[in-house]
Amino acid sequence: MIHVFAFYLFACIMIAAGALTIFARNPVHSVLWLIVAFFNAAGLMVLLGAEFIAMLLVIVYVGAVAVLFLFVVMMLDIDFAELRAGFVDYLPFGVLIALVLLAEILLGVGIWQAGPIELAQRAAPAPTDAHNIEAIGALLYTRYIFLFEAAGIILLVAMIGAIVLTHRARAGVRGQNIDSQNRRRPQDAVVNVNQPVGQGVEL
Amino acid sequence: MIGLQHYLVVSAILFVLGVLGIFINRKNIIVILMSIELILLAVNINLVAFSAFLGDLVGQIFSMFVLTVAAGEAAIGLAILVIYFRSRGTIAVDDVNRMKG
Repeated sequence: MIHVFAFYLFACIMIAAGALTIFARNPVHSVLWLIVAFFNAAGLMVLLGAEFIAMLLVIVYVGAVAVLFLFVVMMLDIDFAELRAGFVDYLPFGVLIALVLLAEILLGVGIWQAGPIELAQRAAPAPTDAHNIEAIGALLYTRYIFLFEAAGIILLVAMIGAIVLTHRARAGVRGQNIDSQNRRRPQDAVVNVNQPVGQGVEL
Repeated sequence: MIGLQHYLVVSAILFVLGVLGIFINRKNIIVILMSIELILLAVNINLVAFSAFLGDLVGQIFSMFVLTVAAGEAAIGLAILVIYFRSRGTIAVDDVNRMKG
């Protein structure tokens, strides 16, 4: 009973937050509704027994992606009213497309007959005696280790790409030249002079 | 009792909301990127639901990779957005086709 209640609670809040994300007037509100949607999706994943994915959703989506969106929305000085100009024009067509798509998907789900699923053909049956995180770790670091490393490379490339794209070399800024500082020796910099009396100093 | 179909319907609705968001916010590329995140979230719910109901962990592994790609895509997309805004002073994607080359 509590399971059914929790499912409908999380699902309804998530869908409402998703709708408010795309209909909100202010993109800052959009990002905040997106965060609500992510939290409720994490709740749904907990209900499904996928605790690790749920925590990952909270950490990666809410902690990184949504905050990144928030930074960009607040940093750029954008006239959002102008960007909403065509909103009403596109609305009927968009809703039409969305309804057709939804009807198709629901029809597909409705007539989907899995038939007798061959449970023996499962690629990685979930163990009954291990926790979710333990089972995922055992699978991820053995059979899927190369895919896992490929995912790491994708993140590295994305990080370097974002830095290279947004980095800008400013003109007129005097930076520190560590190489020339290290190459400088005392004999280049310091001169001892036996200064005669009554003569000017030569610099 | 809550079955697989319930989760599939929820994720279908979320997916369609994401597609609708792309259609109605044609000019605001930030909201378009958020809609793409909603679509990927719907896909993740689908994968995890099948994984849980079939008792097969591969769905959850794959969902992690979808998460990875979503994070990288958001970072690169927002970086492109920032440099586009820096050079043009607006983020209206109507005239992105001036970026020929």
